[in-house]
Amino acid sequence: MDTMQQAPDTILDVKGLRTVFRIRSGELTAVNAIDLTVGAGETLALVGESGSGKSVTSLSVMRLLTRNIGMIAAGTVRLKRKNGAVSDLVSLSEREMRRVRGDDIGMVFQEPMSSLNPVYTIGDQISEPIRIHRGADRKAAMDAAVSLLDSVGIPDAVRRAGQYPHELSGGMRQRATIAMALACDPTLLIADEPTTALDVTIQAQILALLQKLQRERGMAMLFVTHNLGVVAQIAHRVAVMYAGRIVETGPVAEVFRNPRHPYTMGLLASMPKIGEASRMKQAGKKLYAIPGMVPGLMNMPKGCAFEPRCQFAKQNCCEAVPPLFDVNRHHQTRCNRWREISDEIGQ
Amino acid sequence: MTEPLLSVRDLGKHYTSRGTNLTILHGISFDIGKGEAVGLVGESGSGKTTIGRSVLRLVEPSAGSVRFDGTELTTLSESEMRRTRPRMQYIFQDPFASLSPRMTIGEILTEGLKIQGIATSSERMDRARKALEQVDLPPDAVSRYAHEFSGGQRQRIGIARALTLAPEFIVADEPVSALDVSIQAQVINLLRDLQQNLGLTMLFISHDLAVVEYICDRVIVLYLGRIMEIAPSAELYAKPLHPYARALLSAIPSPDPDAPRESQILKGDIPSVANPPSGCVFRTRCPLALPACAQIVPDLREMAPGRFKACIRDDLD
Repeated sequence: MDTMQQAPDTILDVKGLRTVFRIRSGELTAVNAIDLTVGAGETLALVGESGSGKSVTSLSVMRLLTRNIGMIAAGTVRLKRKNGAVSDLVSLSEREMRRVRGDDIGMVFQEPMSSLNPVYTIGDQISEPIRIHRGADRKAAMDAAVSLLDSVGIPDAVRRAGQYPHELSGGMRQRATIAMALACDPTLLIADEPTTALDVTIQAQILALLQKLQRERGMAMLFVTHNLGVVAQIAHRVAVMYAGRIVETGPVAEVFRNPRHPYTMGLLASMPKIGEASRMKQAGKKLYAIPGMVPGLMNMPKGCAFEPRCQFAKQNCCEAVPPLFDVNRHHQTRCNRWREISDEIGQ
Repeated sequence: MTEPLLSVRDLGKHYTSRGTNLTILHGISFDIGKGEAVGLVGESGSGKTTIGRSVLRLVEPSAGSVRFDGTELTTLSESEMRRTRPRMQYIFQDPFASLSPRMTIGEILTEGLKIQGIATSSERMDRARKALEQVDLPPDAVSRYAHEFSGGQRQRIGIARALTLAPEFIVADEPVSALDVSIQAQVINLLRDLQQNLGLTMLFISHDLAVVEYICDRVIVLYLGRIMEIAPSAELYAKPLHPYARALLSAIPSPDPDAPRESQILKGDIPSVANPPSGCVFRTRCPLALPACAQIVPDLREMAPGRFKACIRDDLD
């Protein structure tokens, strides 16, 4: 907790990010008013359901939005780079951005098979960023690739470096993409659902690996996931997204123990929990289910986006989008009624 | 336990691929009582979907017996099997791939009845409307198309399709895995209510042990095509007997910030079915394996009433 009290060395600082998609009839706002910071050695989890905007946020930071469709309409994305300089990624040219990706920012995606090229060997692909960003020769880059494979726990690294992606298991492939992401010692690692396609015993391995590597290297990590269990396992702080906005943010233990937004409360309650479910079943209790569905981008409510599904909503909730309120210095919620709700549920 | 409605004995499935023999399932035996919900859990390649499909003969088993309400299914002719199928239905994982985009919801829901020659076409539509009500969808959905519905609604339609034939037995294959948490809870509650209110017997396939605990009375844990453990849900989650079941349970990350975080992490990968380990198939990753585990294929033995495990290490219990 003490380490969290003092502001850590900020690596990523996103302010007022708004990303829009252009469609024939105009613009759709996919994410809005996103503020995020991630410090060195810190993991921030961005959690939300399909369509909440968590991936659009991470793609915006990497500037990997589909050109001509997705566009950053407002905000800044300031990154502290390896040379100590701070750049606003939003204003960088595509050419400069290419120097940032893979060098200052490492990226790991959900599906290791689609982020690896099937016609190049694992070693070639890991050494590519080292050759491009560091100007290393082929031999030196390949040696570095082999030691990276070793450091991500791939046994027999020399032989594996000569193999093609299809010769590796899903877990091994994800280890290889992590090695690729770390090849140039980035200050920030963005991991977008890196364990979602993996079996649970392999997921446990990859989470432990990411934690170990982060600790060793002191990287900042932005971890995008829909899985609240994974968040509790890996992250220091969490930002819960709903319908394109952050609705609650704070230290993971505090937010999960005392959620202050009805959506976070609902999400936590609707997850069946090991060891508890049989007791609930025997007691004839139902799993809490949030009624209704996420609103579409085309018909966003005028006020709080969660209001139509919220059991605590009052008249004024649908008038304007609530601002983020301070629960304390580290914990914010986008709920007008958070104080009354805490009293109502007796926390 | 009540008299089994479904009784599976020594079920096996082999494929031959480029001259190598792949054993997908080996010696699978279990019973499901009338009105019981049994969970099949395991990771990729454990054979859970193959078991579900073999039971309904959507894939043909290579060995063993499947008895449903006293009738041996594996030897039935295609037309006899078709006459049995209305009593046994399947709910698929992917709510997008399992509904035809060209058919109205009414056509999708009544197709089975039509093939079986049950009722007149207007009666069939009434049954479709009733099935939609059972899954909390508006009856007028019959005239709409699948693309007009969200993922959660489509999964409800998939469930309604299984219900129109008024089956006694349902195989639900990862029915909530493709859904978001908040929608998943709605469908889980729906499935449990239907199972209890209609007295359905269910084989529930999932990789998510928490969902299985909530829905199922008993759980079968699979690894690489073999049964590792069978136990009543509450007992399995309180005290798993097999080392794999223990590891699987401890690998699930808990959202509870106060939960202990010393999960026991299994080393290595799930072996390939083309080249399974000798002896116990789990021994290559088992933290408790002994040299003997490479020699002996452990039998599934009853350790306590209703509790079975396939592990030679009885000294651990």
